[in-house]
Amino acid sequence: MSAQTVPTRYTYFPGCSAEGVGRAFTESLYAVFEHLGYGLDELDDWNCCGATAWPSVDQDQAHALSARNLALAEDRAPGTDPVDVLASCTGCYRALLKAQEALGTVGPTQAKLGRALAAIGLDSEGRARVRHPVDILLNEIGLDRIREAVVRPLTGVKVASYYGCQLIRPFSTFDDQHDPTSMDRLVEAVGAEPVDWPLKTRCCGGSCYCGGPVIGAMPEATMQLSYALLREAGKRGADVIVTICPLCQFNLEGFQDRMAKRFGHPLDMASGFITQLMGMAMGIDEKRLGIQRLLRWRLPVAPAPEPAAVGAAAAAEGGGDAS
Amino acid sequence: MGALAQTLEAPTQAPTPEPTLEPIPSPAHRPVTGKRKKWRPVKDQSKFEAQLDPGFAAEIAREVEDGELLHQCIQCGTCSSVCPVSAYMDLTPRRLIAMTRAGARDDVLHSVSPWVCVSCYACTVECPKRIPITEIMHALRRISLREKTYPRRFTTPVMTKEFVDMIEDRGRSTESWISMKLYLKTNPTLLLKNAGLATRLFRQGRIGVKRASIRKRKELRTLLKAVSS
Amino acid sequence: MLPETGFTPETPSTNGGPRIGVYVCHCGLNIAGKVDVAAVVEFASTLPNVAVSRDYKFMCSDPGQELIEQDLRDGLVNRVVVASCSPLMHEATFRRATQEGGQSPFYFQMASIRELVSWVTLDGDEATEKAKAMVAAAVRRVALHEYLEPRKSEVRGDIMVVGGGIAGIHAALVMADAGKHVYLVERESTIGGHMAKFDKTFPTLDCAACILTPKMSAVRMHPNITLWTYSDVVGVEGFTGDFTVRVRHRPRYVREDLCTGCLECIEACIHKQGKFEDEFNEGLSKRKPIYIPFPQATPAVVVVDPETCIWFKTGKCPQTCIEACERDAFDFEQTETFDEVKVGAIILATGFKTFDAGKMPEYGYGLYPNVYTSLEVERLLNAAGPTGGEVVLRDGSSPKVVGIIHCVGSRDAKHNLWCSKVCCMYSLKLAHMVKERTGAEVYNFYIDMRTPGKGYEEFYDKILKEGVHMVRGRVAGVTDEAASPEEEGHLVIRAEDTLIGSVRRIPVDMVILAVGVEPQPDAQDVRRLFNISCGGEGFFTERHPKLAPVSTFTDGVFLAGACQGPKDIPDTVAQAGAAAAEVLAMVDRGFVMLEANTAHIDDELCSGCKTCVGLCPFSAIAFDEERKKASVNEVVCKGCGVCVAACPSGAAQQHLFTDEEIFAEIEGVLAYV
Repeated sequence: MSAQTVPTRYTYFPGCSAEGVGRAFTESLYAVFEHLGYGLDELDDWNCCGATAWPSVDQDQAHALSARNLALAEDRAPGTDPVDVLASCTGCYRALLKAQEALGTVGPTQAKLGRALAAIGLDSEGRARVRHPVDILLNEIGLDRIREAVVRPLTGVKVASYYGCQLIRPFSTFDDQHDPTSMDRLVEAVGAEPVDWPLKTRCCGGSCYCGGPVIGAMPEATMQLSYALLREAGKRGADVIVTICPLCQFNLEGFQDRMAKRFGHPLDMASGFITQLMGMAMGIDEKRLGIQRLLRWRLPVAPAPEPAAVGAAAAAEGGGDAS
Repeated sequence: MGALAQTLEAPTQAPTPEPTLEPIPSPAHRPVTGKRKKWRPVKDQSKFEAQLDPGFAAEIAREVEDGELLHQCIQCGTCSSVCPVSAYMDLTPRRLIAMTRAGARDDVLHSVSPWVCVSCYACTVECPKRIPITEIMHALRRISLREKTYPRRFTTPVMTKEFVDMIEDRGRSTESWISMKLYLKTNPTLLLKNAGLATRLFRQGRIGVKRASIRKRKELRTLLKAVSS
Repeated sequence: MLPETGFTPETPSTNGGPRIGVYVCHCGLNIAGKVDVAAVVEFASTLPNVAVSRDYKFMCSDPGQELIEQDLRDGLVNRVVVASCSPLMHEATFRRATQEGGQSPFYFQMASIRELVSWVTLDGDEATEKAKAMVAAAVRRVALHEYLEPRKSEVRGDIMVVGGGIAGIHAALVMADAGKHVYLVERESTIGGHMAKFDKTFPTLDCAACILTPKMSAVRMHPNITLWTYSDVVGVEGFTGDFTVRVRHRPRYVREDLCTGCLECIEACIHKQGKFEDEFNEGLSKRKPIYIPFPQATPAVVVVDPETCIWFKTGKCPQTCIEACERDAFDFEQTETFDEVKVGAIILATGFKTFDAGKMPEYGYGLYPNVYTSLEVERLLNAAGPTGGEVVLRDGSSPKVVGIIHCVGSRDAKHNLWCSKVCCMYSLKLAHMVKERTGAEVYNFYIDMRTPGKGYEEFYDKILKEGVHMVRGRVAGVTDEAASPEEEGHLVIRAEDTLIGSVRRIPVDMVILAVGVEPQPDAQDVRRLFNISCGGEGFFTERHPKLAPVSTFTDGVFLAGACQGPKDIPDTVAQAGAAAAEVLAMVDRGFVMLEANTAHIDDELCSGCKTCVGLCPFSAIAFDEERKKASVNEVVCKGCGVCVAACPSGAAQQHLFTDEEIFAEIEGVLAYV
């Protein structure tokens, strides 16, 4: 076999909720990647992708915002090889993918974007490839590597994977649109038990930017949708719901008391990010994973092994920061 | 035989009515009576061709990539039933497309449906004709913002404008600032309701007060101007 | 094919050289709307050898043809060029007219200025110039045409029907009754096709088996039908009227001529119960390795499945089946055998397959046990099926509420774009049957209700009267998520009831998916075998969708039934009868007229290299070893042109396509473009 052709460092697009509501996702993502021997380099001077707000105002400008990010990524990685840009927030993932498609399809939009980029001294050769961290973990880093890194298999923990919307719709580059299994396979790899449930791709109502009940966009709708998810996951015996979207995660954890009152049904479902779950199985320090930032989190597992063991395991792998 | 003959008597001829050229008023149009009765227009009146805009469907189709597929809609209703929030819409997605094709421009642009849409793309994925319904919703939002037919007190359009302003200014959004602006503009009491939650989030470090910004702010504005020209 | 009109040639016309008549058709506005016909006529009259140049609104009409015939009879012209539609449309018409006028039909050339010019050119001036060029080409060419006679080829009397469903059965019976010998080849171990699986048929609610089995019996008993089941076609060679077909017979390990269908061997099999998936029952029950698909299987001969029979897997079995057979009909040494037969015509009646509902996980097939396909429910309803005619859930209980989902896999850009035509009717039928058998509440979820046939709308009316609930809305999904207490323990169907304008969630016990109709999975292989084509969706292509629905572009190969497109039983039987009639027309006439475009080899130019001999697909070239010259047997030659193209010395030439004629045509075009 030839030498390692998989890159060990990836360009990372954090998105606006990376430091906000989704901070734990970013932290745990960095932690897990580094622990596995891979690095994330934040794209310098990245700008907002426009989310779903900008297409509601101007479609071309929305494309342009995302296109600048892709062009910057290409600029920073000279050469002719494709440049993978990881976007963890699924809203950003979708917006950037849309721009990637527009930049790569010959037509008036591509021409318009080309001119606009040129006006600020950038251009795109279509080398940027937008990927999601779950895709990288599953298909590039690989399940074998992840299994190797597990020091505390989460045996007996039942995990419902919640995929949400924009990870698999409208583009599905690495998983099935109706029956996705990528997160479930990661869950399995860390020793936990994936729970199959019918609502894993039903919207949580969160795309009303930053949580419906919080900003009052459609509180009733968001409550109903998120409640349905929590209830069904509970019914199927899940101990925890893991997700990959900061908005979804917040919706699921933030209003359980209100839902209990409103729907007359006590809820206490742990909700967190897939990377946090994986990180715990790998014995990574909970602070690094941002566990303390979650409102509701507990796992029915034995306490983490001694820090010494963690350091030894990390050193044995030969990569990442063992602190 | 007598009884039968009676029933078979020729009916008296009613006078033929004069042909009218005025539209016939709907019987449900209740006149305004009493002090506090609010006049509500009936939802499903007959539509005269003069009230409809035959070019509306084409206008929408032009705004959206692959938008001309909306002409192929067979009104199957899959979009409405798979939509997680269609129950909160005044016009379900299917009905919205039908009204767009019929040219009911006013009704469609005044509808709250595009603003209720959560962009989950389930309709787009399930549509048997591959109509880009979510993108059509975005296009309707764009037009309703331009023509100011959006629901004024609804948080989402207000949020959209705030968001866009913030990005234009700084290149990145700061959630706390946006939320703050929204509360003040649409629903200040909600701020009090969510104070507890906000404090917890702040203590966990999930609410940043510092305003996020990119370095090349001017460059971004140049980019946005360049693509629109 | 040129019809025979009893043409007797006069001496080849060389007196005065070629006098060409050019006739330019308007074709209504099809040509005249784009091409300046008058200009083309004017231009044609200036061309060398053109004696007469006319135009007419519709050349193919009687007066149009009369123009040609009269000019010929008057001696004004002795060669004809018609500038009109495509040769595929009317070459035969005008050749006949030339013949009627007293001239050889091959002194005719057609210029297609409709399909190749007016229908594909946007600019009128450009179109006119192109039309002129094409007329010039035809004029130059036809001047060089030589005298030829149309040829006849004999049609063999035997006929082959491939596929033993209702279409194949009906076609075979019609032709056998007419006295023809028919080979009916069927891949399964019994004839009957999909119809044998149904319980009742719409709109009459006739029992499918009751109307089908008499026909199956008739096939078995008919002296003129050779029934080959468990057989398939593996090779086809030859040409219309003279096909050589190679058929493979798969071994049943039972002698067909000895087995009486008593079924004692199945009873005696050492497997006490069925253990293997019963394909005929759509996997709802299990069968033993030795089986018969259904009681009325024709021929009534058992089959041993070597994939599951212990004797074949391990060689260790007491073979109680052999013991039980009083006729000593078993032969475990059987192997594949082959037959090669010569037939004059072939009818393909290979049928359809249903859409695989597993491709739509949103409907829960394969995920939730009580989601069935329509074909599975037909087996449940059938008295000879796995439940003896009872419609039950997987746990054996009776459903209280049943949902029937229309358009599964059809009218869908993600799966099959077409409407499968039969599903609305069979869904209404299933609604009726299920309601009758179980007393359940039945909901049908549809997009449009398509009931166009005779008695179909009345059938819909009847079902409505019976209180079946109709919800006009395409189902988004089937789920077991209970959003309200009434939904606990049920499957929930979610659809927008578009007529009342609300999304509905309807809890049901059983879901029936009305799966659509698709081409057979091996349709591409079959069409290559028989040298016909498939349309974009995979169904076999008919010669013309309106006017020639049973013939194909390969003469002598015909189509019948669902292999040509989704259709119900009445239309299938009608089409099968039509195919039979067209075959009988061909076979009774006894000959087909062939093109005169055979190859011939110029003795003087032939260098004896033998390149052509091996290339001929019809083995029509003989080589004289003494003189070292090749020669073409013009009776066998089919005019494919391979030898002409390959001959290095240009000795092989083809009538109607000589080098001079082709170059003249090219020059004609280039001179005026």
